[in-house]
Amino acid sequence: MAILEVKDVGKRFGGLQALSDVQLSVKENSVHAIIGPNGAGKSTLLNCLVGKLIPDTGSVMFDGQSVLGRSPHEINQMGISRVFQTPEIFGDLSVMENMMIPCFARRDGAFRMHAIEDMMSEKDIVEKAEAMLEDMNMADKREMHAASMSRGDKRRLEIGMCLAQEPRLLLLDEPTAGMARADTNNTIDLLKQISDERDITIAIIEHDMHVVFSLANRITVLAQGTPLVEDNPENIRGNPKVREAYLGEAG
Amino acid sequence: MLGLKKKDATLLLIVIGLTMFAPFILNPFPDGSAMAQFNAGYPDLMQRFVIFGIFAIGFNILFGLTGYLSFGHAAFLGIGSYSAVWMFKLLSMNVIPAILLAMVMSGLFALLIGFISLRRSGIYFSILTLAFAQMMFALAYSVLTPITGGETGLQLALDDPRVLGASQTAGGNIPVPGLFGMEMRNSFDLAISSWVFTFNVGYYFCALILIAAFYLAIRIFRSPFGMMLRAIKSNQTRLNYTGLNPRPYTLAAFVISGMYAGLAGGLMASMDPLAGAERMFWTASGEVVLMTILGGAGTLIGPVLGAGMIKYMENIISKINSDILHSWFAFLPDGLEDFIVAIVYPFIGKGWHLTLGIIFMLVVIFLPGGLVEGGQRIAKWLKRGKTEDTKPGKSTEPAE
Amino acid sequence: MDAIILQILNGLDKGSAYALIALGLTLIFGTLGVVNFAHGALFMIGAFCAVTLSRIISFSHEVIDETRTDFLGNPLKVDVPYIYDWFGEATGAAIIDWSVPLSILFAIPIMIAVGVIMERGLIKHFYKRPHADQILVTFGLAIVLQEIIKYYYGANPIPTPAPEAFKGSFDFGAMIGFAENTIIYPYWRLVYFMFAALIIGAVFAFLQFTTFGMVVRAGMADRETVGLLGINIDKRFTIMFGIAAAVAGLAGVMYVPINPPNYHMGMDFLVLSFVVVVVGGMGSLPGAVLAGFLLGILESFASMRQVIDLIPGINQIIIYLVAIIILLTRPRGLMGRKGVMED
Repeated sequence: MAILEVKDVGKRFGGLQALSDVQLSVKENSVHAIIGPNGAGKSTLLNCLVGKLIPDTGSVMFDGQSVLGRSPHEINQMGISRVFQTPEIFGDLSVMENMMIPCFARRDGAFRMHAIEDMMSEKDIVEKAEAMLEDMNMADKREMHAASMSRGDKRRLEIGMCLAQEPRLLLLDEPTAGMARADTNNTIDLLKQISDERDITIAIIEHDMHVVFSLANRITVLAQGTPLVEDNPENIRGNPKVREAYLGEAG
Repeated sequence: MLGLKKKDATLLLIVIGLTMFAPFILNPFPDGSAMAQFNAGYPDLMQRFVIFGIFAIGFNILFGLTGYLSFGHAAFLGIGSYSAVWMFKLLSMNVIPAILLAMVMSGLFALLIGFISLRRSGIYFSILTLAFAQMMFALAYSVLTPITGGETGLQLALDDPRVLGASQTAGGNIPVPGLFGMEMRNSFDLAISSWVFTFNVGYYFCALILIAAFYLAIRIFRSPFGMMLRAIKSNQTRLNYTGLNPRPYTLAAFVISGMYAGLAGGLMASMDPLAGAERMFWTASGEVVLMTILGGAGTLIGPVLGAGMIKYMENIISKINSDILHSWFAFLPDGLEDFIVAIVYPFIGKGWHLTLGIIFMLVVIFLPGGLVEGGQRIAKWLKRGKTEDTKPGKSTEPAE
Repeated sequence: MDAIILQILNGLDKGSAYALIALGLTLIFGTLGVVNFAHGALFMIGAFCAVTLSRIISFSHEVIDETRTDFLGNPLKVDVPYIYDWFGEATGAAIIDWSVPLSILFAIPIMIAVGVIMERGLIKHFYKRPHADQILVTFGLAIVLQEIIKYYYGANPIPTPAPEAFKGSFDFGAMIGFAENTIIYPYWRLVYFMFAALIIGAVFAFLQFTTFGMVVRAGMADRETVGLLGINIDKRFTIMFGIAAAVAGLAGVMYVPINPPNYHMGMDFLVLSFVVVVVGGMGSLPGAVLAGFLLGILESFASMRQVIDLIPGINQIIIYLVAIIILLTRPRGLMGRKGVMED
């Protein structure tokens, strides 16, 4: 069953048709990669999914509900979490606090004041955040200033923060861009583990073919703002059209 | 203690100690001695210390936590003062209803102004708050004269109704603000040899409120709400993609800090029952920014220290004149004495603003964490000097 | 109709001052990315350049005039400016009379020097700091500058007149075919407007037609790329800061006859100029100029008797009201670019 259904989406920036006639169907509990050469419209598509951009035409349905016209935080509350290309974390806060915020957001939904309680007295939140740090192997960095961590650790924390929201769909925007090989492999392992252990769908935009073919069980190739082909990794590897449009270019 | 961690409780105790013993602490020099002009222990000034302390604590809840720099906070101070004076005119000279109305009114205005201004962030937010405050100042000065008293300010009169009190005292005077019979202006002098210490009802009333305000600020800083505010300052994008809308949090912070400002304004009117539009002028908003930055934005005790320091400078440095300078440097040879006096002179007396501006610039350039960061650096340096070998790699702790 | 023209004219001089200050603010913001709260102080320093020059050239020494006597019957002592001794009385008097326009020559090098020192000595270190820090440090600088001026010149406004030739008013209405005495306009305000138009034109021409200006404009659009081309953009930006300071200073010099300068005039204008910049659109030079004149004229319309009777107090708040409405409906101002200062 498809959890995310994109139909006929088009988006134009001035004279540039960034997306046209995009169809995408992400199946529940799959790892779906969206690949394509630079300027193919991958990031624009992603921004249309999370509410940062509103497509000119078409529909985006998540779990049977339209996400169009909703703001990013509302879409997030529907169950879509996003990991950014450069890790977006709360740099001025400690690692533990970083992890507690999504736990609060998950529990309280919308705005709740809590202006008088001590934040450490919220037992359920503290326990959940601690458990998630444990899962991410970051328990020892609990009190660290988040901005002072390595890029790999920031990425790990960001993914952990997204998981703490218990999303149904996790969107990743080039999660290994600019990472050293070792960090990249760690991230692949982490994502594999997440996809195996959790009831979660992953959609990933990626440049690195190594990452794509180690993770994905479904791939959509985007070229010039429109999907070229959607298939499983084996067929994509052998598809001459894809080679021409993308892999050929990559060498 | 009171649900606080040890470090915060210590901080609270320090503030309690400082405020309760202020009449002693601020009067260290015997009356009539050459140094007596550095004494700040007179009621009027002590009241201003704590009132501006409250104002700055509130401003810090907005600026220090969320990073939204409001340049129009004095408007709420003014609204608080006007509301309080109206309560004195219409209801009674009891300060409690006056202060409550001050907080409610400033809270309502903050809700309205915040709702509109918070649609924008960064410099646009600063300009919007500035524009609102300047507008209110201009209106209070001109067309709203029936409500605000215009240029002369809002004052009490003998024919005010004061339905729960008396329009006039038995002697035919305007009554003074008080708390269930205790008049705010009453003082008690304690003379110990040549020292004179003054204990003023109004001051202690304000000081108790400051302690409560400070305690509440600690609770807010340590609460999930405070954490959300810091998260807003740190990364709004991530907060949005965590399913949270920052707007209600910033608005709540704006209203809370507006109410602190209203409280300060109400107290100001309770100490001296008049209110003028100049309290809302943008330089007054700039002043509370200076206090907060100088002390240390985002720290708990910083704004209180900053407010104290600026008000002390305003009142004490501005009173030094060239005669006093000459008497200090009289031990030097004449030429050198004149020379030094000539150098120091621009920075004292009416020139205290220059000193303030220079100190403020130095703080922003070298000590972005304000006096609190300065204190922490000195403490660290002392510690290092003591233990010789220090453990490397200790990450810096967030300021309290 | 004549009333409308009169109000437009009345708005022009204030509008000119707003436009010139806002132009400098925008230049600095657009090129250096710095929010300069000390820009009003530069306007004020310019005004005091005029005051200083008029004092310098009026330096006098006492001479005993044998032909006249004072009330005690002694020969009268009169102060004779040194300048009379050097250039003769007629030329000397003319120089003193024309001290304000002459101050332009005096102010340009001073203002450029002040601007360059400010940028190299202080602002440079704040490029990478948050905007809030920039606002705060320049706010501190503004306090320091105005206090220094206050120390040397006192707190009272210092009247410094325009040249005799430009004192008084003329009947503008009669010139353009209205009834006499309907549109009376002071000469100096017209001079001020034309001067402002000249400066604004010069700045735009400079940016448009010189290589230097082209690089600066490119730098405003995309600083990193220009840096990558190997062009020393920092040095050019320093010069730009000097020019912006000079523009603000000249606006101050020529404003002196309209309003006697005092030490806080910079701050008074700064607050309004920031509003102007934001209304025009942060980072847009034409926007700054347009908004400057627009708000100046609006302010003057709002001061009309009929308008005040209709909406009391509107003249006091019109600028802020317009700013709030524009910021909320057109978040980027009248002509602002996308994404400037939005985080």
